[in-house]
Amino acid sequence: MSISRRNFLKGAAGSGVLLATGAPAAQARMSKELPPEAVGLLYDATLCIGCKSCVVNCKRANSVPGGALYKEGLVPAVADSFLCTKSEKNAPMTPPYETSGLKGNEGVWDAAQDLTGNTLSVIKVYKNGTGLQKDAAVNGHAFFKQQCLHCITPACVSVCPAGAFRKDPHDGTVYYEAYRCIGCRYCQIGCPFNVPRYEWGAVWPEVRKCQLCRHRYQEGKYAACAESCPTGATIFGKVRDLREEAKRRFAMKAGTMYEYPIQTLGSTFTNLRPSAAYADRVYGLTEAGGTQNLMLSGISFDLLGFNKDIPSSALPDLTWAYIAKIPWVFLGVFLGGTALHQITSRMNHSDKEGRHD
Amino acid sequence: MIDFTRYAGARVGGTINRLLDDSHSRHLGIKLDTPFTRLLVALIVVAFAVAVYRIAFGLGASTNMTDYWPWGLWISFDVLGGVAMAAGGFIIAAMVYILNMKKYKCIARAAILNAFFGYLLAAMSICLDIGRSFVIWHPLVMWQVNSIMFIVAIHVVLYTTTLGTESSPMVFEKLGWSRAMGRVNRCMVGIALFGVLLSLLHQSSLGAVYLIAPSKLSPLWYGHYIPYMFLVSAIMMGLAMVCFETILTGKVFNHNPPRDVLEGLARGVVMMGSLYLVMKLIHLFTGPGVGYLLSSGLLGVLYLLEVVVGVAIPVVLLVRKESRKNLDTIFVASILVVLGVLLNRLNVGVFGMSSYANRMGADYFPSAMELLLTMGMIAFAILGFKLCAKYLNLFPETHH
Ligand code: SF4
Ligand code: SF4
Repeated sequence: MSISRRNFLKGAAGSGVLLATGAPAAQARMSKELPPEAVGLLYDATLCIGCKSCVVNCKRANSVPGGALYKEGLVPAVADSFLCTKSEKNAPMTPPYETSGLKGNEGVWDAAQDLTGNTLSVIKVYKNGTGLQKDAAVNGHAFFKQQCLHCITPACVSVCPAGAFRKDPHDGTVYYEAYRCIGCRYCQIGCPFNVPRYEWGAVWPEVRKCQLCRHRYQEGKYAACAESCPTGATIFGKVRDLREEAKRRFAMKAGTMYEYPIQTLGSTFTNLRPSAAYADRVYGLTEAGGTQNLMLSGISFDLLGFNKDIPSSALPDLTWAYIAKIPWVFLGVFLGGTALHQITSRMNHSDKEGRHD
Repeated sequence: MIDFTRYAGARVGGTINRLLDDSHSRHLGIKLDTPFTRLLVALIVVAFAVAVYRIAFGLGASTNMTDYWPWGLWISFDVLGGVAMAAGGFIIAAMVYILNMKKYKCIARAAILNAFFGYLLAAMSICLDIGRSFVIWHPLVMWQVNSIMFIVAIHVVLYTTTLGTESSPMVFEKLGWSRAMGRVNRCMVGIALFGVLLSLLHQSSLGAVYLIAPSKLSPLWYGHYIPYMFLVSAIMMGLAMVCFETILTGKVFNHNPPRDVLEGLARGVVMMGSLYLVMKLIHLFTGPGVGYLLSSGLLGVLYLLEVVVGVAIPVVLLVRKESRKNLDTIFVASILVVLGVLLNRLNVGVFGMSSYANRMGADYFPSAMELLLTMGMIAFAILGFKLCAKYLNLFPETHH
């Protein structure tokens, strides 16, 4: 595998040092640069066979200590929030399955229909007419994946009033510190891709979203969905390399024989097959200022139900334009207000004197 | 009247006696035990039960909000609407204490108290709306300056305190604590200035909350200057609200509303209303355009309702000087303005944010508990105001 463990370890150690020295609680303005060691996923819908192996393994891999679905219980969670700390937790837990009301298998039947507070990634299906032809918009079908795209300048990080959402300055993963969260759900409003989900049923709820399996990097592992994908539809790698790979595939003539790597970019396991016709664009190069996860599809993303109004610039800039004016308002109101008060007081005085005369 | 010195000792009892003394407001004829008051109390009790249920069983059990509708009635109506309704407080405070427009002094206490209740309502609602109510103080210790929500949180805390301070002389006066009263009164210009600053920022911040959502909020409402639209509409509504409540309290508490004050306020409504209308039109023509408006179905209707009924008609009603002499005209126009701005906040907070939910086929209508809690909050504000009118010297001018 070309993604070396050493790099992962280095990355993890680097972020560890940063955390230890106290990552600044409030970086004044958010970076728009891709972090140096940014990692991400490339999801190629034309390779996806809809087996949902990624969905199942995502849930399993994230239900261990450190994972995005992991929760030890109400009391430790509430205590952490009150004390503003993150305590060590390691009690085992069963993955939070979606039962969707289906009977069988003792009530456990993971039938995730959409992202929820219990589901971080989901495979959905597009179907039109007879649905016979794979990756055809008319009379065809296609699979597509939804999860956090790990924005380069994430709106969720910028809107959180308690700094519960953060972006790792080294590998760029966007993660969540549950103990900070107050549950305002502004992150749900802010994310242009409608990714963060809330545990509506819980008494001390968390926001849930994919954190790119960052808890596995230390053991030299990577995203569970990529690891478990049998066809190479989801692969893990450095964002810079993934971008090249995605553009190369997109530029290819349909039907060209291509060795699609499996699990990670540069893997020695490959899937040799003719390439499909790619539609639209490489999703994630420009959306909301660019994302670390990229997607390719045989059917245009509008048809798959993706929001077509997402701007191609970083969203936090829109807010920053307003925030940057606040100090001037302070100054203006104090100076202007004091001046007006003086003037009107004097006018009132001369008024009264005038009347007295 | 019960003499509390008998039960609570001379010192405490005397204080309670003084607080409960309503001789100065007897001429207002405020009766406490009326069917209306009982209804208010009942609503508050129900809302309290709902709040307990909400804390004990979570948001999913008590509201209809979902991942497709992360914010519902509580945010759009109680918080966005309640705060806009409270804008009267800072405008009147600015006019009286900073600009020395002495003629408005007689309504200052009522307007500021009203604003105080508006903010309390918003603060309590947001506290129940967030999933982890007990750590609502986190933003204050975990600063995150990129977040409008952080800025809003800081402002709610500071401004509610400011309003409390601005209202405190009434209580000190009642208790006969003249030293404390003098001290607050001496700083009043500074306090009012601080209040104005916080309000300008706060009212506009609530609009700025939506700056981050260009792909979600309908273009009928989204724009880079949505913070300024929120600010101007809040000022317009604040003035209208003061008109409304001055005329209303005049009607129910039988005292004569000061006419020249109302005329001045109505002129303010016309000025701010015209400015707001111009902003709305510029936004429409440079942004979505008339074609988009006409082709956007329900949203278009809501937009027109808000702009025509809530802004244009009241401005036309009040634009002539003679019509501003008629209290009934002012009353009707104020109600229209208040309803119009409330609709605007609902449009921004609920209807205009529906694109994702529509794509996913998800609906939202507030649950019974959401509605009951909101009604209880309003009842709380009305009852609180009524009690203050009875026990505090809220309308100083009618006193002598
Ligand atoms: S996709 Fe949404 S949740 Fe993920 S980083 Fe971007 S803004 Fe945050
Ligand atoms: S709900 Fe989202 S925005 Fe609000 S505090 Fe929690 S993580 Fe931050």
